[in-house]
Amino acid sequence: MGDRMEKKKYEQIVSRHQPTETRAQNAFIAFVTGGIVGVFGQLLSEFYVSFFDISTKDANTFMLVTLIFIASLFTALGFFDKWVSFCKCGLIIPITGFAHSMTSAGIEYRKEGPIYGLGSNIFKLAGSVILYGVVSAWFFGLLRLIIMGG
Amino acid sequence: MIYLNSFLFAGFVSMLGQWILDNTKLTPGHITSIFVVVGSFLDTFSIYDQIIAHVGAGALVPITSFGHSLIHGALEKASEMGVMGLLMGMFDLTASGITAAIVFTFIFALFFRPKN
Repeated sequence: MGDRMEKKKYEQIVSRHQPTETRAQNAFIAFVTGGIVGVFGQLLSEFYVSFFDISTKDANTFMLVTLIFIASLFTALGFFDKWVSFCKCGLIIPITGFAHSMTSAGIEYRKEGPIYGLGSNIFKLAGSVILYGVVSAWFFGLLRLIIMGG
Repeated sequence: MIYLNSFLFAGFVSMLGQWILDNTKLTPGHITSIFVVVGSFLDTFSIYDQIIAHVGAGALVPITSFGHSLIHGALEKASEMGVMGLLMGMFDLTASGITAAIVFTFIFALFFRPKN
């Protein structure tokens, strides 16, 4: 634990003194890779519409599940971590990051047992997304109900 | 055209996240949480729906669409059930994604060992 904290501190210091060039490069890589994931999603969605003859809405759901499956599988196979550390937010911001965080937490903590290992830690990273998503959606939803009546 | 829009929007959101990551002390956990809240806020006034109409899947792939889907399902149910509908419909649209992520994670955690 102490080691991890030290490492975190070290990484923070390193990132603060990172030259702007690297930051511009990071931003560019994130832009391109994030964009590729977006285009891939659009292609997949249109493929499902024509292949399964379903509505765009359903095809989009299929598409998101496919991306989650791919991210989970590649994380389990071990090479998605490398992709994420290269693309950074290009893969963290799309839904692939959500699946990646869950699968990597699941595989990492599984050795601590099925209940207090896997069960307790599966949402270790994705939990905050769900928590703040649900609370904000509930709050904003309530606001809209009160102000605009639905 | 929709491909270009998808590329630009998904790329822009990712780049924004990367910019925040590199220039502030916020971690990826903070950024994804903030983006989800922003997504649900944008859908409060149906702005995100407009974005999806123009951008297509490029707007559904970033995590902002998770917040949008949460509030969208909640408001849809609320239109027929009132305040209780907010609670009933919250996970209507995101259920598939969350369930898929849980099931895949469980299966893969059973069969794969962590590398290093």
